[in-house]
Amino acid sequence: MSKFGGSNNKKEVPAVTSSSLSDIVFMLLFFFMVTTQLRETENKVIVKMPEASEVVKLERKDLASYINIGQPTAQYRAQYGTESRIQLNDSFKTTDDIRDFIAAERESKSEADRQFMTVNIRADQDVRMGIVSDVKQELRRCSALKIMYSARKPAE
Amino acid sequence: MGSKKTPAINSSSTADIAFLLLCYFLMTTTMGSQTGLSRRLPPMPDKDQKVEDQKVNRRNIIIVRINAADRLFAGTEALEIGQLKDKIKEFLSNPADDPTLPEKELKDIEGYGECYVSKGVISLQNDRGTSYQAYISVQNELVKAVNELRDEFSRKAYGKKFNNLTEEQQEIVKKAVPQNISEAEPKDVSQKRF
Repeated sequence: MSKFGGSNNKKEVPAVTSSSLSDIVFMLLFFFMVTTQLRETENKVIVKMPEASEVVKLERKDLASYINIGQPTAQYRAQYGTESRIQLNDSFKTTDDIRDFIAAERESKSEADRQFMTVNIRADQDVRMGIVSDVKQELRRCSALKIMYSARKPAE
Repeated sequence: MGSKKTPAINSSSTADIAFLLLCYFLMTTTMGSQTGLSRRLPPMPDKDQKVEDQKVNRRNIIIVRINAADRLFAGTEALEIGQLKDKIKEFLSNPADDPTLPEKELKDIEGYGECYVSKGVISLQNDRGTSYQAYISVQNELVKAVNELRDEFSRKAYGKKFNNLTEEQQEIVKKAVPQNISEAEPKDVSQKRF
């Protein structure tokens, strides 16, 4: 036991240096900063996704464009009512605007990737199919045929 | 003056600051990837294209309808959502070669050989008043039926589950058990007479 702190022991045990701790934490920080994706658009409609057990993962997130369908959130209800509406980017739109939206989204992707563009339909589970069918018909007209119905896996 | 050293800046708090930032990003980050049911819409038919080429033999098609009250019909009978999967599996596999169920075609699949492929098509129709949740649950059941058939085929052919196969094998199984779900043009189902 002579190694540990007899009062006559002249050699002090050096304190554990904590200067590298900040480096480690910074590295973690950078990892999360790079992987994180802040929501670009504010949700103006309430979307509670329906449940489905056979869901698959979205392969290329960067090639997805989103169409949100649902009831306007509380702060927009006075203006837009409680009827289900379509949100593209960050404003309320109608089905007629989908054509321009798809064209703009296509333009923003690189040429090689355009054929893989997926339109992600994020609709609330209480939405009626009428509005979804309208959106689907419009997408067919714009020949954006690759779509995905957003759904979440039910909790087991 | 010269003997006084400038004290080193105490750096022990940088770790705390970094931790705070780290916590912020930990909270805001969304690692959960997006999931959903993938579909391919049929292209819009040309205006002058005739409709007659869409004629499919009657036994090869099953019409799954959901009406405005979210009631489900497959063919002519009303079904509960839990019964749909077995109905679709029976329809697609046609184990007893029933003449009212879809015919099978002997197809030569590259890399596997010849096997019987069902010609069955599931046509999904919905009303404008159908709720989205009901629609997705039905889609889900259809996908589940096809996935189970693919699993069965994989087990028979390779002794493994579909998910554990290599990519080429998965392609083969997909060809042997195709997922033919057609989402029909929207129409008012409630007023339709058969």
